[in-house]
Amino acid sequence: MSEALFNVGDRVLVRDLQAEEGVQGHVRAPVYCRGLIGKVERICGVFGQPESLAYGGDGAPKQPLYRVRFSMSDVWSDYAGEAADHIDIEVYQHWLRAA
Amino acid sequence: MSNERGYHDVGGQDFGPVPIVEGEYQLWERRVDAMMRMLSSPGVGLMKFDELRRGIETLGEDAYAAEPYYGKWARSLCKILIEKGVLTQDELDQKISNLRSERGLAE
Repeated sequence: MSEALFNVGDRVLVRDLQAEEGVQGHVRAPVYCRGLIGKVERICGVFGQPESLAYGGDGAPKQPLYRVRFSMSDVWSDYAGEAADHIDIEVYQHWLRAA
Repeated sequence: MSNERGYHDVGGQDFGPVPIVEGEYQLWERRVDAMMRMLSSPGVGLMKFDELRRGIETLGEDAYAAEPYYGKWARSLCKILIEKGVLTQDELDQKISNLRSERGLAE
Protein backbone atom coordinates (compact mmCIF):
# COMPACT_ATOMS: atom_id res chain seq x y z
CA MET A 1 0.00 0.00 0.00
CA SER A 2 1.30 3.48 -0.84
CA GLU A 3 1.48 5.87 2.11
CA ALA A 4 -0.70 8.98 1.97
CA LEU A 5 1.49 11.83 0.68
CA PHE A 6 -1.09 14.61 0.97
CA ASN A 7 -3.24 16.11 3.71
CA VAL A 8 -6.50 18.02 3.61
CA GLY A 9 -5.79 21.53 2.28
CA ASP A 10 -2.66 20.58 0.29
CA ARG A 11 -2.34 21.94 -3.24
CA VAL A 12 -2.04 19.17 -5.82
CA LEU A 13 -1.67 19.01 -9.59
CA VAL A 14 -3.41 16.28 -11.61
CA ARG A 15 -0.83 14.45 -13.69
CA ASP A 16 -1.41 13.09 -17.19
CA LEU A 17 0.02 9.58 -16.96
CA GLN A 18 -1.10 8.87 -20.53
CA ALA A 19 1.20 11.64 -21.78
CA GLU A 20 3.94 11.29 -19.12
CA GLU A 21 4.30 7.53 -18.96
CA GLY A 22 2.37 6.23 -21.95
CA VAL A 23 -0.29 4.61 -19.74
CA GLN A 24 -2.93 3.14 -22.03
CA GLY A 25 -6.37 1.66 -21.60
CA HIS A 26 -8.66 2.18 -18.63
CA VAL A 27 -7.91 5.19 -16.41
CA ARG A 28 -10.14 7.16 -14.05
CA ALA A 29 -8.86 10.76 -14.15
CA PRO A 30 -10.98 12.56 -16.75
CA VAL A 31 -9.12 14.54 -19.40
CA TYR A 32 -10.68 17.86 -18.41
CA CYS A 33 -9.01 17.96 -14.98
CA ARG A 34 -5.48 16.97 -16.04
CA GLY A 35 -2.85 19.65 -15.53
CA LEU A 36 -5.11 21.58 -13.14
CA ILE A 37 -4.24 22.52 -9.56
CA GLY A 38 -6.76 21.96 -6.80
CA LYS A 39 -6.87 21.48 -3.03
CA VAL A 40 -7.38 18.22 -1.17
CA GLU A 41 -10.87 18.38 0.36
CA ARG A 42 -10.75 14.93 2.03
CA ILE A 43 -9.12 11.53 1.89
CA CYS A 44 -11.76 9.02 0.74
CA GLY A 45 -9.91 5.83 1.63
CA VAL A 46 -7.41 3.46 0.07
CA PHE A 47 -8.27 1.42 -3.03
CA GLY A 48 -6.67 -0.83 -5.64
CA GLN A 49 -5.36 0.85 -8.78
CA PRO A 50 -8.04 0.87 -11.48
CA GLU A 51 -5.45 0.54 -14.28
CA SER A 52 -4.63 -2.92 -12.88
CA LEU A 53 -8.04 -4.04 -11.59
CA ALA A 54 -9.62 -3.32 -14.99
CA TYR A 55 -7.49 -6.07 -16.55
CA GLY A 56 -7.86 -8.72 -13.86
CA GLY A 57 -4.82 -7.54 -11.85
CA ASP A 58 -4.70 -7.27 -8.06
CA GLY A 59 -4.56 -3.45 -8.02
CA ALA A 60 -1.36 -3.36 -5.93
CA PRO A 61 0.04 -1.18 -4.56
CA LYS A 62 -3.23 0.25 -3.27
CA GLN A 63 -3.49 4.02 -3.54
CA PRO A 64 -5.10 6.66 -1.35
CA LEU A 65 -8.02 8.30 -3.14
CA TYR A 66 -8.46 12.05 -2.62
CA ARG A 67 -11.43 14.29 -3.22
CA VAL A 68 -9.82 17.32 -4.86
CA ARG A 69 -11.61 20.67 -5.07
CA PHE A 70 -11.08 22.82 -8.16
CA SER A 71 -12.31 26.33 -8.84
CA MET A 72 -14.80 26.24 -11.72
CA SER A 73 -13.05 29.21 -13.35
CA ASP A 74 -9.80 27.17 -13.38
CA VAL A 75 -11.59 24.23 -15.01
CA TRP A 76 -13.57 26.21 -17.62
CA SER A 77 -11.80 29.27 -19.02
CA ASP A 78 -15.11 30.87 -20.06
CA TYR A 79 -16.92 30.11 -16.78
CA ALA A 80 -19.48 32.84 -16.09
CA GLY A 81 -20.87 31.71 -12.71
CA GLU A 82 -20.01 32.75 -9.16
CA ALA A 83 -16.30 33.09 -8.36
CA ALA A 84 -16.69 30.73 -5.37
CA ASP A 85 -18.17 27.90 -7.47
CA HIS A 86 -16.13 24.72 -7.43
CA ILE A 87 -16.17 21.10 -8.54
CA ASP A 88 -14.88 18.11 -6.54
CA ILE A 89 -13.23 15.25 -8.44
CA GLU A 90 -11.92 12.05 -6.87
CA VAL A 91 -8.36 11.31 -8.01
CA TYR A 92 -5.97 8.52 -7.01
CA GLN A 93 -2.63 9.49 -5.45
CA HIS A 94 -0.51 8.16 -8.33
CA TRP A 95 -2.25 10.70 -10.59
CA LEU A 96 -1.28 13.63 -8.31
CA ARG A 97 1.85 15.59 -7.46
CA ALA A 98 2.42 18.39 -4.95
CA ALA A 99 1.83 21.87 -6.37
CA MET B 1 -3.74 17.56 -22.23
CA SER B 2 -3.55 14.07 -23.66
CA ASN B 3 -4.85 13.36 -27.14
CA GLU B 4 -5.94 9.90 -26.05
CA ARG B 5 -9.38 10.97 -24.91
CA GLY B 6 -11.71 7.97 -25.00
CA TYR B 7 -15.21 8.33 -26.44
CA HIS B 8 -16.59 7.90 -22.92
CA ASP B 9 -14.54 10.78 -21.50
CA VAL B 10 -16.81 13.62 -22.56
CA GLY B 11 -16.51 16.12 -19.68
CA GLY B 12 -16.50 19.67 -21.00
CA GLN B 13 -17.93 18.92 -24.43
CA ASP B 14 -21.12 20.68 -25.39
CA PHE B 15 -24.09 18.32 -25.38
CA GLY B 16 -26.64 20.91 -24.28
CA PRO B 17 -28.90 20.45 -21.25
CA VAL B 18 -29.07 17.06 -19.54
CA PRO B 19 -32.42 15.38 -20.30
CA ILE B 20 -34.12 14.38 -17.04
CA VAL B 21 -36.20 11.23 -17.57
CA GLU B 22 -38.65 10.26 -14.82
CA GLY B 23 -39.71 6.67 -14.39
CA GLU B 24 -39.06 3.29 -12.82
CA TYR B 25 -36.21 1.05 -13.82
CA GLN B 26 -37.42 -1.77 -16.03
CA LEU B 27 -37.12 -5.41 -14.95
CA TRP B 28 -34.24 -6.13 -17.35
CA GLU B 29 -32.32 -3.14 -15.97
CA ARG B 30 -32.79 -4.36 -12.39
CA ARG B 31 -31.63 -7.80 -13.48
CA VAL B 32 -28.47 -6.48 -15.13
CA ASP B 33 -27.71 -4.48 -11.98
CA ALA B 34 -28.32 -7.54 -9.81
CA MET B 35 -26.08 -9.72 -12.01
CA MET B 36 -23.19 -7.28 -11.74
CA ARG B 37 -23.58 -6.98 -7.97
CA MET B 38 -23.71 -10.77 -7.63
CA LEU B 39 -20.68 -11.31 -9.90
CA SER B 40 -18.65 -8.69 -8.01
CA SER B 41 -19.69 -9.81 -4.51
CA PRO B 42 -16.86 -11.11 -2.27
CA GLY B 43 -18.27 -14.64 -2.30
CA VAL B 44 -18.31 -14.81 -6.12
CA GLY B 45 -15.55 -12.42 -7.16
CA LEU B 46 -15.85 -13.05 -10.90
CA MET B 47 -15.89 -9.40 -11.94
CA LYS B 48 -14.71 -6.01 -10.73
CA PHE B 49 -16.40 -2.70 -11.46
CA ASP B 50 -13.12 -1.57 -13.02
CA GLU B 51 -13.47 -4.44 -15.52
CA LEU B 52 -17.09 -3.45 -16.19
CA ARG B 53 -15.93 0.10 -16.95
CA ARG B 54 -13.07 -1.09 -19.16
CA GLY B 55 -15.53 -3.30 -21.07
CA ILE B 56 -17.86 -0.33 -21.62
CA GLU B 57 -14.96 1.80 -22.82
CA THR B 58 -14.06 -0.82 -25.45
CA LEU B 59 -17.54 -1.61 -26.84
CA GLY B 60 -16.84 0.77 -29.71
CA GLU B 61 -18.13 4.29 -30.16
CA ASP B 62 -21.30 3.29 -32.06
CA ALA B 63 -22.47 0.76 -29.45
CA TYR B 64 -21.59 3.20 -26.68
CA ALA B 65 -23.73 5.90 -28.30
CA ALA B 66 -26.61 3.55 -29.14
CA GLU B 67 -26.99 1.66 -25.85
CA PRO B 68 -28.82 2.96 -22.80
CA TYR B 69 -27.05 2.90 -19.44
CA TYR B 70 -27.78 -0.74 -18.53
CA GLY B 71 -27.43 -1.82 -22.16
CA LYS B 72 -23.78 -0.80 -21.86
CA TRP B 73 -23.53 -2.82 -18.64
CA ALA B 74 -25.12 -5.90 -20.24
CA ARG B 75 -22.80 -5.78 -23.25
CA SER B 76 -19.75 -5.28 -21.05
CA LEU B 77 -20.80 -8.14 -18.73
CA CYS B 78 -21.01 -10.50 -21.72
CA LYS B 79 -17.71 -9.29 -23.13
CA ILE B 80 -15.77 -9.68 -19.87
CA LEU B 81 -17.35 -13.06 -18.96
CA ILE B 82 -16.48 -14.42 -22.41
CA GLU B 83 -12.96 -13.02 -22.07
CA LYS B 84 -12.60 -14.86 -18.74
CA GLY B 85 -13.99 -18.10 -20.10
CA VAL B 86 -17.03 -18.06 -17.77
CA LEU B 87 -19.28 -18.03 -20.87
CA THR B 88 -18.55 -18.76 -24.49
CA GLN B 89 -19.84 -16.72 -27.40
CA ASP B 90 -21.56 -19.90 -28.69
CA GLU B 91 -23.43 -20.41 -25.40
CA LEU B 92 -24.56 -16.81 -25.43
CA ASP B 93 -25.66 -16.92 -29.08
CA GLN B 94 -27.52 -20.20 -28.47
CA LYS B 95 -29.34 -18.80 -25.43
CA ILE B 96 -30.35 -15.65 -27.29
CA SER B 97 -31.54 -17.73 -30.23
CA ASN B 98 -33.60 -20.02 -27.94
CA LEU B 99 -35.23 -17.08 -26.18
CA ARG B 100 -36.08 -15.48 -29.51
CA SER B 101 -37.82 -18.65 -30.76
CA GLU B 102 -39.68 -19.10 -27.44
CA ARG B 103 -41.00 -15.59 -27.69
CA GLY B 104 -41.72 -15.69 -31.42
CA LEU B 105 -39.16 -13.01 -32.28
CA ALA B 106 -37.24 -12.84 -35.55
CA GLU B 107 -33.68 -14.17 -35.56
